[in-house]
Amino acid sequence: MSNTISALPGATYEGAVRVQEMGLCGMISLRGDHGDEKLISAIKDIMGTVMPGQREIVHQDERAAAWMSPDELLLLLPYADVRDALTRLETALAGTHFLAVNVSDARAVFRLHGGSAREVIAKLCPVDMSPGAFGPGQIRRTRMAQIPAAFWMPDEDSVHVVCFRSVAQYAFDLLKQSAHPQAGVGLYA
Amino acid sequence: MMILTCPCCGVTGEETEFHQGGEAHLTRFGPGSSETEFHDYLFSKENPKGVHLERWRHAYGCGKWFIAARNTVTLEVYGTYAAQTTEPPQDIKDTLSAKVPGWSWREFA
Ligand SMILES: [Zn+2]
Repeated sequence: MSNTISALPGATYEGAVRVQEMGLCGMISLRGDHGDEKLISAIKDIMGTVMPGQREIVHQDERAAAWMSPDELLLLLPYADVRDALTRLETALAGTHFLAVNVSDARAVFRLHGGSAREVIAKLCPVDMSPGAFGPGQIRRTRMAQIPAAFWMPDEDSVHVVCFRSVAQYAFDLLKQSAHPQAGVGLYA
Repeated sequence: MMILTCPCCGVTGEETEFHQGGEAHLTRFGPGSSETEFHDYLFSKENPKGVHLERWRHAYGCGKWFIAARNTVTLEVYGTYAAQTTEPPQDIKDTLSAKVPGWSWREFA
């Protein structure tokens, strides 16, 4: 059995914020009708969360369900639990029109932690990161420099960023540059 | 630079988060159509100076297609609406009539 590793195992950077590649993260891309009772109860049973509303992310312990589009969710859970969750989803949703795919190894996840996490993102993404416009409980899919990315804020000082694994090094380099200690602009200070 | 609001996910984002997808409200002509119809479907596109109805995709966001009514000269965006329609909704037509009296685009006015 080969050893599964994340895109940039152990990569960290200490700058204006701490940038850290989060290692193996479980992720399931789930497509289906968000209003379907079977889907809603499957999310409740397997993730322990309610169905997230438009552009929301709902956390429950180590799990979260995020709204990706009108017919797509991203389920976040411990890496080791993905196979079991997929089996349970397939059982619960049998007979309905849906798609559930393990995308854990197709993605890279970074954690930014520190007081200027909002600013580090604001320099890379065309998104209003002011506290009144974006905050914990929301997810935003957007462009981070030249690549697609999505992020959410587990708490006021942290941002989690997910992108395709193939561009993990590019994303890490971007985040490092944006978090350079001498590159602060104090936008939300 | 244009600011577009995606009707599928509600994000108001700037142009680079989206991708333009050509003329909206096309009628497809495929097998069984005449050569002229097929030619016009493929190549005879509206290219107006002014009001334009255009397909856009929220490429870096929710990934969905929608339609934008915008101005090719001023880059003003009059509104966006669902792709699942064969003509602009009444509120978009009303906005266009208020802002560009006498506007027309193909068979719409
Ligand atoms: Zn969208």
